[in-house]
Amino acid sequence: MKPFARIILFLCAVMMLTATVDLPDWADPGSPASTHLSPGFIEQGYHETATPNVVTAVLADYRSYDTLFESVVVFAASLVVMLVLRRTSTGTSRIKHFRPKREGRDTILRGAAQSIIPVMQIFALYVLFHGHYSPGGGFQGGVIFGASFILLSLCYSLKFAMQRFKEKMVLICCACGALLYAGIGAVCLAMGWNFLGYAGLAGLLGVTDVMARSHGILAVEAGVGITVMAVMVSLYYDLASGGDMEEGL
Amino acid sequence: MDEFFFFIVAKYNYWASLILLFIGLYGMIAKNNLMKKIIGMVIFQTAILIFFVSIGVKWGASVPIIRFFPDKQPLLDATAYANPLPHVLILTAIVVGVAVLGVALAILQNIQRIHGTIEEDEILEDMRK
Amino acid sequence: MTWDANLLWQFDMLILLMMVICAVAALSLKGLVSSAVVTGAYSFFTCLMWTHMMAVDVAFTEAAVGAAVSTVIIVATAQYINPWSKD
Repeated sequence: MKPFARIILFLCAVMMLTATVDLPDWADPGSPASTHLSPGFIEQGYHETATPNVVTAVLADYRSYDTLFESVVVFAASLVVMLVLRRTSTGTSRIKHFRPKREGRDTILRGAAQSIIPVMQIFALYVLFHGHYSPGGGFQGGVIFGASFILLSLCYSLKFAMQRFKEKMVLICCACGALLYAGIGAVCLAMGWNFLGYAGLAGLLGVTDVMARSHGILAVEAGVGITVMAVMVSLYYDLASGGDMEEGL
Repeated sequence: MDEFFFFIVAKYNYWASLILLFIGLYGMIAKNNLMKKIIGMVIFQTAILIFFVSIGVKWGASVPIIRFFPDKQPLLDATAYANPLPHVLILTAIVVGVAVLGVALAILQNIQRIHGTIEEDEILEDMRK
Repeated sequence: MTWDANLLWQFDMLILLMMVICAVAALSLKGLVSSAVVTGAYSFFTCLMWTHMMAVDVAFTEAAVGAAVSTVIIVATAQYINPWSKD
């Protein structure tokens, strides 16, 4: 079986490597990928959305359906992890082969965690809300915020982190982020525009259409950030404790 | 000689991402340990993402954030910025990737609980009993 | 054809070589915990590669997701399984 797999893989590799001769040269400005759609995004995006970061504008405005259902996919993944791991059947053998040393969690580690976690959380909020003008946005801010809770759980214990950020709260945050995103779309729909057409918010906020799109991007990014943050924490809680929420890494 | 050199510089990025792709695929097919298969999946995924992003690179282009002249006028020239569209597609794909990794690891933990091992041949032996 | 000074292809090739080394090492190491850590290093080199390709948003996400959270959840799973693989 194994030699056969190797031969097949080698043949596929040779065929695909010869096919690269027909691909456009690397970093060619006239390649098909860079000439049709993306110049439009760069040249009109700033006038239409008032967002200098083109990636944020395309992510949350022009391709907002993609991002909405992507956050739903991430939410569904956290639910699936929960359903797979939390089985009520008894008699399962849970042998821990590898145990981290408990006495390694000393005062220095905890002090360092204590001083770095607030900075991480403020940085996460900065990344989220400054996503219009610098690299960043909902995904990055949410992941950094979730990583601060994971660090708390690593340096103290899973129970300690779960007292701060309860599991029920995690699930509520998961759902609320996706609901906030879909709710913005529904409000636009109620104002007589397309679903997720943020220009419909202009009447509510009392600003021009262009600024309404900018504010809509910010609200949507906040929704994505909340969902991603809660999903990262939920994945860690479930996978580190094996589903029983007793003891983590 | 010079033409050959330009050919190498123009294509080596695709070659590297394809080599990574086949390393990951080999890990998924030929490794016996399920954890190694999952790590192969991560490598496979990242290779595809690198291929996607390398399509959007342009000579002399900068990061896709609009720059401003000193008189506050934006510089809206498509050749001055990298192609933002692959970046957007890949941004969502990375976060979906970690969700897929989480589901795969959860199933792995469940297999360990039921069969007591994660080696493929031992699992098959255990299932035949 | 010319190339710009800001795309140093030698640097690019070095990072790609390191990525291939990390990928082979992650698949061939016997210990699963060391394999997980090498996967984190692989993600970090991917992140450098993307910064070099001017995809800063993608590099930022990969640094937060791939190098941090992925590694943590792989190590968290490795505590429940036999940490030594046969191949």
